[in-house]
Amino acid sequence: MSSVNTAHLNQTLAAWSPAQLGLAGDVLEVVRAPHPVLATEGALVDPLDPVMVALAADLVATMRVSPGCVGLAAPQVGVAAQMFALDVTGHPKTRTCHGVFVLCNAVVVEATRQEKSREGCMSVPDLTGDVKRATRLTITGVLPGTTEELTLTTDAFEARALQHEIDHCAGALFLDRVAGAHAIYPRKVYL
Amino acid sequence: MSQLAVTVIGPDRPGIIADVTEALAQAGVNLEDSTMTLLRGHFAMMIVCSGPFAEVREALEPLRGELVITVREMGPEHAHAPIGPPYLLSVHGADRPGIVSAVTRMIASVGGTITDQTTRLSGALYVLTAEVELPPGAELGMLQRALEITAEELGVGVTLRPAESDDL
Repeated sequence: MSSVNTAHLNQTLAAWSPAQLGLAGDVLEVVRAPHPVLATEGALVDPLDPVMVALAADLVATMRVSPGCVGLAAPQVGVAAQMFALDVTGHPKTRTCHGVFVLCNAVVVEATRQEKSREGCMSVPDLTGDVKRATRLTITGVLPGTTEELTLTTDAFEARALQHEIDHCAGALFLDRVAGAHAIYPRKVYL
Repeated sequence: MSQLAVTVIGPDRPGIIADVTEALAQAGVNLEDSTMTLLRGHFAMMIVCSGPFAEVREALEPLRGELVITVREMGPEHAHAPIGPPYLLSVHGADRPGIVSAVTRMIASVGGTITDQTTRLSGALYVLTAEVELPPGAELGMLQRALEITAEELGVGVTLRPAESDDL
């Protein structure tokens, strides 16, 4: 795909690999609403804390074994902390793509060009909802095991997924942001 | 010709809407506002339409049985004039009796009105979303706090935010 229509990649993030965490993560159980941890604002994390580095590896490992999962936040594995793993590689709605990465203490800096789309969540497995989110997004955050604050600009599906995960870190679900009284749907599963 | 309210509820199957609206069309009915959804798998439809009462009842008679159908004559139509700016109310948490009544009572107590509402039970999770109009004089801050206190007592989370609408 041409790079003309995508955001400028943050090369540090794009080049990052879970191998840099130096340990293989464990697959953790994903909690479901109405578990209270999903409604709890996550604590700021120390990205150098070995416990948090291990959690980063666990998030990646758990995301990897979950079919269709493009992101997983610490509250979803029962930890009220501001950390999430993301990987929108290969999704048809992805344009700009930084591959797999984990971020700590991510903050939205700029969010523009709102568009409505239907999204789901592993922690709300039986419902989906229409949510309006920015399709151009700039955030800051820190890679686990490092101290440097990175700035990431992206668009389309990666932007949506990032906002969904940052919401988790603040104790919010997509259910808090649905676009109308009829914007929540039972998930359609064709067997 | 009067305005009629038709409700249809029953076990879902393909073709209910086609059957009902075909019968109404044959009775010379003009469909106006309607809504249809599945409520825990049950077909549920409400229609406001204009047509001849007796003919409509008769036209729908063959469909009764598996479907519970009511036809009522309505009073004069009231155009809904908004009482104030629109908000979106979202409530979710562990299911228990009394969530909807407690939350909607708080809205009513400040003179707010609900113009659209859906609730879903998904496993242990109960979700309510509603569109709410609040009168201009309503103390939004007070209402937010009252909703939060009510929500805490119920063990659920609540958000009330302005409904965005973009004119294009």
